[in-house]
Order: sequence, then C-alpha cells, then structure tokens
Amino acid sequence: MAGLRFDLRDAPEGAAELRAEVRAFLAEHAPNFTPEIRARSWMGFDRDFTRAVGAKGWIGMCWPREFGGAERSFLERNIVLEEMLAAGAPVGAHWIGDRQSGPLILRLGTEEQKRHFLPRIASGEYAFCIGLSEPDSGSDLASLRTKAEKVDGGWKLNGRKIWTTFGHLCDWMIALVRTSPAPEGGARHIGLSQVLVNLRAPGVHIRPIRDLVGEKGFNEITFDDVMLPEDALVGQEGAGWAQATSELAFERSGPDRYLSSHPLLEAAMTTLKQDNAAAPALGRQVARLWALRNMSVAVAGMLEDGQDPVRQAALVKDLGNDFEQALPNVVRDLIATEDMPEDMRRMHAYLTQIVPTFSLRGGTREIMRGIIARELGLR
Amino acid sequence: MASEIATELAEQVDRALADAADVSTLRDLEAGNWPAATWDALVALGLNGALVPEAAGGVGLGFSDVAPLMEVLGRHAAPVPLAESIFANALLSAAGITPPEGVISFGAGQGAIAWGRHASHIALLDGARIALYPAAALAWEVGGNIAHEARDRARIIGAPVAEAVLPNGWGAEAALLATALMRAGQIAGAMQAALALAVDHANTRKQFDRPIGRFQAVQQQLAVFAAETSAASVAAAAAARAVDRRGLAAAAFEIGCAKITVGEAATRGAAIAHQVFAAMGITEEHQLHHFTRRLWSWREEGGSEAFWAKRIGQEAQALPGALWPFITAREEEITP
Ligand SMILES: Cc1cc2nc3c(=O)[nH]c(=O)nc-3n(C[C@H](O)[C@H](O)[C@H](O)COP(=O)(O)OP(=O)(O)OC[C@H]3O[C@@H](n4cnc5c(N)ncnc54)[C@H](O)[C@@H]3O)c2cc1C
Repeated sequence: MAGLRFDLRDAPEGAAELRAEVRAFLAEHAPNFTPEIRARSWMGFDRDFTRAVGAKGWIGMCWPREFGGAERSFLERNIVLEEMLAAGAPVGAHWIGDRQSGPLILRLGTEEQKRHFLPRIASGEYAFCIGLSEPDSGSDLASLRTKAEKVDGGWKLNGRKIWTTFGHLCDWMIALVRTSPAPEGGARHIGLSQVLVNLRAPGVHIRPIRDLVGEKGFNEITFDDVMLPEDALVGQEGAGWAQATSELAFERSGPDRYLSSHPLLEAAMTTLKQDNAAAPALGRQVARLWALRNMSVAVAGMLEDGQDPVRQAALVKDLGNDFEQALPNVVRDLIATEDMPEDMRRMHAYLTQIVPTFSLRGGTREIMRGIIARELGLR
Repeated sequence: MASEIATELAEQVDRALADAADVSTLRDLEAGNWPAATWDALVALGLNGALVPEAAGGVGLGFSDVAPLMEVLGRHAAPVPLAESIFANALLSAAGITPPEGVISFGAGQGAIAWGRHASHIALLDGARIALYPAAALAWEVGGNIAHEARDRARIIGAPVAEAVLPNGWGAEAALLATALMRAGQIAGAMQAALALAVDHANTRKQFDRPIGRFQAVQQQLAVFAAETSAASVAAAAAARAVDRRGLAAAAFEIGCAKITVGEAATRGAAIAHQVFAAMGITEEHQLHHFTRRLWSWREEGGSEAFWAKRIGQEAQALPGALWPFITAREEEITP
C-alpha cells in the first residue's frame, strides 16, 4: 500500500510573502468577480485576467526560465493555486495549460515544441483544452476511436471529441488518438498517441453544448480530415496511453479537487457568524478543509520530488470531491436559501446545480475508487 | 515529519508488540488480567521518556517523532499504556517533576483515568496544576470503555509525592489535548490494522466462486476505508507537527481538527470493516472487534467529534477575518 502513503510537507521558504503578493494582486481584481464567477472557480474563463496572471509570472511558474517559466517549486506554485481558488478567481483560460498541457510538453516535447508553446502558455496567450472523452468513450477511455493517420507531411485527423471544456474558447487541444490499430485480441491501449491540434485548423468543427445552468462550458469537436504537421506528435508514437495517465496525476492532484466550492464556505462563515446553532456543522467543514489541505500539500511535495503520485492524487480527489460536493447541502441545512444574502444565494444556486460534475470531471468517483482498490491489491 | 530515529523506534515497538502480544493477550486483558510480560518487553525499550528532554534524562523526541509510535500502538491495539506513560512523563517533566519509573497514567478532574488501576503512579491535572500520586494514595472506582480498556475513577486517599504547575505553553487543557493527540494517532493505527484485515479477508473469502474482493461494491467500500485511513494518519501527524511548532496549548485548533477527522474516519472505517467481514467479524473469536471497539471508544476520549466541532466552529465564527487566511497563516507565520 506504498501508493497510499502521505508525508507531510512544510511550507516552502518565503511562503507568507508569496501568498501576500498573490492576495494583493487578487484584491485588485476581486471587484470584478461576480458571485457566479466566484462559484465557477476554475471553470471561469477570462483572457484578460489570465494575461495579468501571466505577467506576474504565475503561469508555468515551475518551468525553466528559457521557456517562460520562473523556476519556482511545486510547493510555491501550490500557494498561487490555493489563493486563486480560495478567492474564486476566473483561472480557466490558463488552468489546463499550466496544470497539464504545459508540463506534458515540458517533459516529453521536442526542443521546438517547448520553445514555441511554453512561453505562450506562460504569458497567457495560448489556452489549452483536454481532448480525451469521446461520445462512446468516457470512463473506458482506451476504447476511443478518433484516429490520426500518417500521411505525407504529417497526420490526417478524423473523429470526434466531446465534453471538451472551453473548446470553443481555446487555441489548442492535446488529443489522445489512435495512430495504429490495437493488436488483434491485445491490449487496446497500445497504438494510442497524443497530438497537438490547432483548433483554428480547417476541418475542426466546434459545437458548444449548453450545460444545465444554461452556460456554454463544454463542446463537441469534430475532426474532418484535419491536417496536422509532422511535429504535432507529443512524446512517443504509440506511448500515448502511458503519457496521458501520468498527465492525469497532474490533473487530479491539485487543490482544485477540494476548493471548488470554497467561496461558498467563506460566505457561510460570514453570514452565520452569530449563529450558535451553526457552529458544530461549520466546525466539521473547517476540520475537513484543514485535513484535505494537509493531504493536498503532501501530494504537491511528491510532485516536487519528481514522484508520480497517481494513487494519492486519486485518493485526495475522491475525498476532496465528496467535501466540495456536499457543501451546498450542508449550507442550506444551516440557513434557508431565501434567507441568504443575495451574493451568497447566487453562489449557492450555481453550485447546487454544478457540484454533481465534481465527481465526474477528471475521472469519476467510481474510477478513482477503482484506482485505490487496485493499490490495495483487490484488482 | 518524523525523524529517522523515530521511524526506527516505531519499528522496534512494532516488533516488540508482535513478539509479546497477540489476540490471546487482548482477550486476557478483557478478562481483567494485566499483561506484565508485554509491559516488560516494551518498557525495556526505554521509551517512557520519549518526550522528555535529554537534559532531563529522557529520549528528547518531538511530538512529530512520537506520532508514528502512537500509530504502531494503535495498529496492535496495544494492551498496555505505553502511550499514556509517554504523555504522563512529558507532562510531569514539563512541570519540573522527575517522572517515576513504571506504569504511569494521567487524567484530569473527575474524569476517568485510562489504565488507572494498573498504574503505579498517576499524574492528576487540575487545569495547569499537576500532582503526582502513588497508587497507594488513590482508591479506584473501576470502569471501562466499550473495548473493556480500564477507565477508572480515582478518589484521593493520600498525599501526592510532588506538585507543580505546567508552564504556559502547555495550558490549562493539557490533559484533554494530550489525550486527543494520543488517541488521534492510535485511531490512525487501528484503522490501518482493520483495513489490512478487511483487505485480506476480501482476497480470501469466496462467494459466488470468487473472492468477494473481486466484487466492485466491495472494492469501492474498501477504497473509501483506505482514503479515510490516510486522512486519519495525515491529520494525526499534522496535529503533532503543530504541537512541536507552537506548543500544546496553541495547537488546540489542529488537535481539534485532527480529532474530528479521525473520529469521522473511525466511524466510517469500522462500519466498512464489519460490512466486509459480515457475520465472521461479529464473533468474539475473530480479532476484528479488538480494533473496531477501540475505534468506537477512542472517538469519545480526548473530546468527541461533536465536542470539537462545536469548539472549532465557534473559533472560526469568532475570527476577525476570513477562514482561509487563518488556516494558511497557522502553517506559514511560524517557521520551524
Ligand atoms: C464539467 C465537465 C467537464 C469535462 N471536461 C472534459 C474535458 O475538458 N475533456 C475531456 O476529455 N473530458 C471532459 N469531461 C468528461 C469526463 O472526463 C467524463 O465525463 C468522465 O470521464 C466520465 O465519462 P462519461 O461521462 O462518458 O461517463 P461513463 O463512463 O459513461 O460513466 C457513467 C457512469 O458509469 C460509471 N462507470 C463507468 N465505468 C465504470 C466501471 N468500470 N466501474 C464502475 N462504474 C463505472 C461511472 O462512474 C459513471 O457513474 C468533462 C466532464 C464534465 C462533467
């Protein structure tokens, strides 16, 4: 069960100063954060805000300077992420690039790719989206069918991705696609590769899908003979499955897996300050938040040490999702929705509708628990 | 984080307990017999003074170092009060009293004292005042928690051998906080043991021609158990770290958060363990209940989830500012 071990990490040197700097920056921007923006958390998309974050050096901040990074540690980066989420800042335009696309390119990209993409992600110029899910391939991702065929001068892409968050607003997608047929009767994850897709390329059709709140968050993206250059391939041809799974450790490990509802908890704290009866329920939320934070920081420490904490990340995601998902209901047990101040009521309304996604996006609760069960030796 | 010495000591205690205690020891204990051999084996490791500074003749470990030790004791459902002795030694020595040899426990006010009747000395706390009584100076009204661990009430019939006041950093709630910290670590350990038993059972018990652990419903439950077990362990360690940094009294917030976390985890974990073991786990003969009954008992000791939730909630409500800055500042303003 070594994959379920967590070692506490102390705050990095200069933590308080960095945090203060991020807070001062956020205080400047906070007047623009409507209750809906705060409730959307990292599902809020704002290019201007992202460029301002980039100008501070807080996107790709662990990357080498030559690629636009700031050579800060994962634990320092974690401080920036925590503060952004706690404030409900609209970080969606750089979240994916900073969290997983950039790190993937840094780890496996060619020199050319690193020079081109990383500085542009770090400045906030390029926004990335994730091209994994397909209409018939969700949890069973290895069954995906989108295909890139090797042709003269590059690759020809055909197929369809779905649920692509911000696909209609982004510039690039890293897609997991089939580049050679799965061996007869063999493992389906053989023959998959990751490719960079320019979303403005001819043959890319993007159809936004309205979500239950009425917003355009995710998309269906169809590829019709889309021509990709030779160097669209990221990493090794055929190794896409292993690459994408270790990318998921980045996707699942962060504070975005327990802080998505945080602005609502703060609002509840403020509104219920004088309410004696609310103290026990609030105390339990505080304790859980504190414990999850210690676990999440431990995972950031493992990333810092170059480990691959896939299982710990799945575990914190599962516990964290439960926590952030339950919050709206905990809160409405303490104060009736009609008695909530306007701002709080709007955040609560938004979150009530959107929290079911927390245990879906990034891999479902059942899939997370399957990963943990495997580590326990049950599968 | 625990030092290497601490990890080594925890391993020594692990081996000693594996050698000197087993399920029959636990059964004997429930029948009211003191496992002298187990105690002798443990006390030979010289760990009573784990938290006593070296200058005062102790081992000089920190609370973080002792956290893995508490887990080991929980993992074995240790049938002797090494945890209590370690913390009683720490309290006495902090107050300037030289801790006596032997089995020693502590308690506060009119509350039940863990292992009271088996101790040769008891440290009785009244707020920050601490008095050391020999067994002969106390009469016991014996009792027990639902795991049948001795939880006895003392009536004072003689004089203390020493009296002193704890320094400020230890505060007026030292007995409560020390108990909570101790039980938090032990709960994490007992959960690890119960989880290992449940996983092993899931891999061996067959129904419908396959190990029950192949059923996804069972896997998913055990995954939750594992997650709660990790949360308990992290919480206990983080509380201990806070005590090392700011002292016992000023770590009440972290200790309370940890006790809530481990208490909730214990409730969930024990329920899943029993579900996976089904009827077999309900028998007296099976060892599972030695862990689950301790989990249920230890939730109550050092403040229950409800007790701490109210306090932590009130503390959060009384903050002048937002919650998040409060939580982060506790980690970052004080550098170790
Ligand atoms: C808000 C949101 C944003 C998203 N953004 C993106 C994105 O940007 N890019 C992207 O590629 N995808 C994205 N997704 C898709 C997400 O990754 C998938 O929803 C997820 O992987 C599950 O796939 P599915 O929806 O097809 O459900 P299914 O896989 O069909 O699952 C349906 C149910 O069956 C359960 N189930 C399936 N298989 C098993 C099994 N083996 N054992 C037990 N239970 C099982 C699932 O847990 C779930 O409860 C997003 C989803 C949401 C909700």
